[in-house]
Amino acid sequence: MIKPAVVTIDGRDVAIEGERNLLELIRKAHVELPTFCYHSELSIYGACRLCLVDVEGRGIMGACSTPPEPGMRIKTSTAEIREIRRITIELLLANHDGHCPTCPKSDNCKLQALARRMGIETIRFKPRQKRVEVDNSSCSLTRDPNKCILCGDCVRVCTEIQGIGAINFAHRGSQAAVEPAFGKKLGDVECVNCGQCAAFCPTGVLTPKSEIPAVWRAFEDPRKKVVAQVAPAVRVALGECFGLPPGEEVTGRLVAALRAIGFAAVYDTSFTADLTVIEEGTEFLQRKTKGGKLPMFTSCCPAWVKFAEHNYPELLPNLSSCRSPQQMFGSLAKETLPQQLGVAKEDLVVVSIMPCTAKKFEARRPEFTHDGVADVDIVLTTQELARMIEEAGLDFKALEPDSLDMPFGFYTGAGVIFGASGGVSEAVLRFAAEALTGKPLAKVDFLQVRGEGGLREASVVIDGTTVKIAMVHGLANARHVAELVKAGKADYDVIEVMACPGGCIGGAGQPIAGNGLARKARTKGLYDADKRLPLHKSQDNLFVTQSYQEHLGPVGGERAHNLLHTHYHNRRPSDEGELQKHETPAEVRLQVKICAGTACLVRGAQKIAHAVRGYVEEHSLQNMVDVRMIFCSENCGNGPTVMVGDRVLPRCTVEEARQALDEELANHT
Amino acid sequence: MTTMQARSPDRAEQLATLRAILERHGRQPAKLIPILQAVQDEYRYLPEEVLSYVATALGLPPAHVYGVATFYAYFALEPKGKYVVRLCDGTACHVKNSLPILDALRDHLQVDEEHKTTADMQFTVETVACLGACGLAPVVMINGQVHSRMTPEAAVQLIEEIRKSEPAEA
Ligand code: SF4
Ligand code: SF4
Ligand code: FES
Repeated sequence: MIKPAVVTIDGRDVAIEGERNLLELIRKAHVELPTFCYHSELSIYGACRLCLVDVEGRGIMGACSTPPEPGMRIKTSTAEIREIRRITIELLLANHDGHCPTCPKSDNCKLQALARRMGIETIRFKPRQKRVEVDNSSCSLTRDPNKCILCGDCVRVCTEIQGIGAINFAHRGSQAAVEPAFGKKLGDVECVNCGQCAAFCPTGVLTPKSEIPAVWRAFEDPRKKVVAQVAPAVRVALGECFGLPPGEEVTGRLVAALRAIGFAAVYDTSFTADLTVIEEGTEFLQRKTKGGKLPMFTSCCPAWVKFAEHNYPELLPNLSSCRSPQQMFGSLAKETLPQQLGVAKEDLVVVSIMPCTAKKFEARRPEFTHDGVADVDIVLTTQELARMIEEAGLDFKALEPDSLDMPFGFYTGAGVIFGASGGVSEAVLRFAAEALTGKPLAKVDFLQVRGEGGLREASVVIDGTTVKIAMVHGLANARHVAELVKAGKADYDVIEVMACPGGCIGGAGQPIAGNGLARKARTKGLYDADKRLPLHKSQDNLFVTQSYQEHLGPVGGERAHNLLHTHYHNRRPSDEGELQKHETPAEVRLQVKICAGTACLVRGAQKIAHAVRGYVEEHSLQNMVDVRMIFCSENCGNGPTVMVGDRVLPRCTVEEARQALDEELANHT
Repeated sequence: MTTMQARSPDRAEQLATLRAILERHGRQPAKLIPILQAVQDEYRYLPEEVLSYVATALGLPPAHVYGVATFYAYFALEPKGKYVVRLCDGTACHVKNSLPILDALRDHLQVDEEHKTTADMQFTVETVACLGACGLAPVVMINGQVHSRMTPEAAVQLIEEIRKSEPAEA
């Protein structure tokens, strides 16, 4: 008999069964080795040095970067190892802004948890970092670099899973930091607000930006009526914050909690997910039968939309023009609820409860604000809602389940599975199949589109028409598919894209899952909810039909188009490397160019640039004037050279530049 | 949407040098460091716009390019003054009191550790680990020219002489 290959861990034999490294093997043996920089989904970095083990005959090694070999004898907790780990944690704490009670990560911080586990009571090292400003520029995330332990987890998620790399290590030695390019702020770069970096960060550097105070304030204001919409994925994850297993559906208690903390009405985003299915399904069938742009990409994930705007502007016509369910809800609510609830439009506050940090950004897109009134006023993540429930002192588990308000609280199973990867595709198929055949669908489950892989395909034949679908999650996978489409090598009709692992159930606003098992359970929770519901097809949602009759007009008609569809912007950095996020097209604006060649710089070009930019800001001319530094106007002898519109000003002074700007602006309009 | 991509032709021309550098290296991401080196030789520093351009051209995230550019002390991300004043702070110079010279220069030019360049873009004051002229310590180097056995007063004097030789600012 062949003896199985084993490693002896703390005196116990553990069989090697394809584990890639000692860490996996040790964890299989139920020894919880501490780690910061290891994640099974990411590449191995080996920087935190916490996973050390003693390998007999070889000495102390990092378990995450050592493959298991038969016959190895290892110890995981010798006095020496414990002391090294303790020193490591102390060193990290010495440079860590440890204001734990006020840190949003306080209940979930790995650093805090490990310090407790190691029994650290004093820190023997002196701090040496200077404080940096907290980055609040992003609508979705807060970034407090003072808490960074340089584990690189965020860098690897953003690069490897999301294919973006918006943040990376910069500088070195004691100056080393993780930052966006050029030390810019997160809100000013190509970050898509997916928040996955925050879901992986073991400490409180990256956290979902809290909008809790705004909600409490709205409750306090007697003029305001505050209503909620709850996204599908929230109901199968919120319970985790209160000790319930992942995947357990808690809709009833969630509604009760929202009412108890002050919401006047509680609705469901699954309702507008049903509406999205009708609009998007109709759009797809039109494209498919009338020769429109295919493949059609889904557009309900705002991180994906921003990703496409930055990286694939040429594919924007392929994106469905449908707003996401969150935004469809917002526009419908602001259109119909003021009358129904007897409140002025500007006093209706729509709060979304979302699994997602990018939804915060989406709600603030200028397309979704009309006459100063935003369609969705406040976006809370699942995590934030849990905190509010705690703050209100509610015993969540003991709440008596309550039911949603009508009409926007009514939904079918098609709306609820939107929260899982493959769900949108399945919901649209349930619609398209009936629309194409004109006959009721015998079997509503399309099992071929379900699954966990980040890159899946399926092909469904409906009444002789083949519909080819790709489903991706993780934007690195989306990049892969987008490249195929660009190269003309993709033969798909529909491509469903979700930025987060497993779809919205794995969103960064959800309770931190830690492993794939929670995501699996949440997905199952959604499909189970579909099974329990009486209706499974969006076209059977009577309140959706009623909305068309009373407010939206015909499907795909003008009114529906105005309220339910949107358009996209090219955000690709131009050749010159500037991000295009202008409201007025660049060619309409007055161009001020200041030469940044060495000769001009030496003669004070920077001072002029600074002064002109200041002047533009002071007079709020940003939307009329572009101030740019150009490389070299090759007019070095007469520098500094400034160009205002078509005028070239050699040996320019600050005063001359300003005067020319005023004159040209007067002529410009 | 397509209008966004329109570029003014003069601008395209200004980018020609940069493009030539990229072409010379086959636009290969693996050649990022030699590319940055060539770019710095051209512009004397690495302007943000140029780095973004290089990132886009090589298909690399700008944060990655920035990370590499800030990792190596050789690369400068800020424009330097017309005169780069390097003060040696190697062991020999340190022992021979180079620090008071540094303080005097910074004081005189109103620069510091963070803002190394004067507002008029004339002078940049930097420290270096060793200029390899230990026998002449303490040493100040201005645009490559070595000035030996310096004192705080003599160093300030040097700066003043350069100032006088410069035509007044336009
Ligand atoms: S939010 Fe997403 S895109 Fe932005 S830095 Fe984090 S991981 Fe990258
Ligand atoms: S921000 Fe968080 S995840 Fe990123 S390196 Fe710092 S501690 Fe690690
Ligand atoms: S987990 Fe092994 S070094 Fe961080």
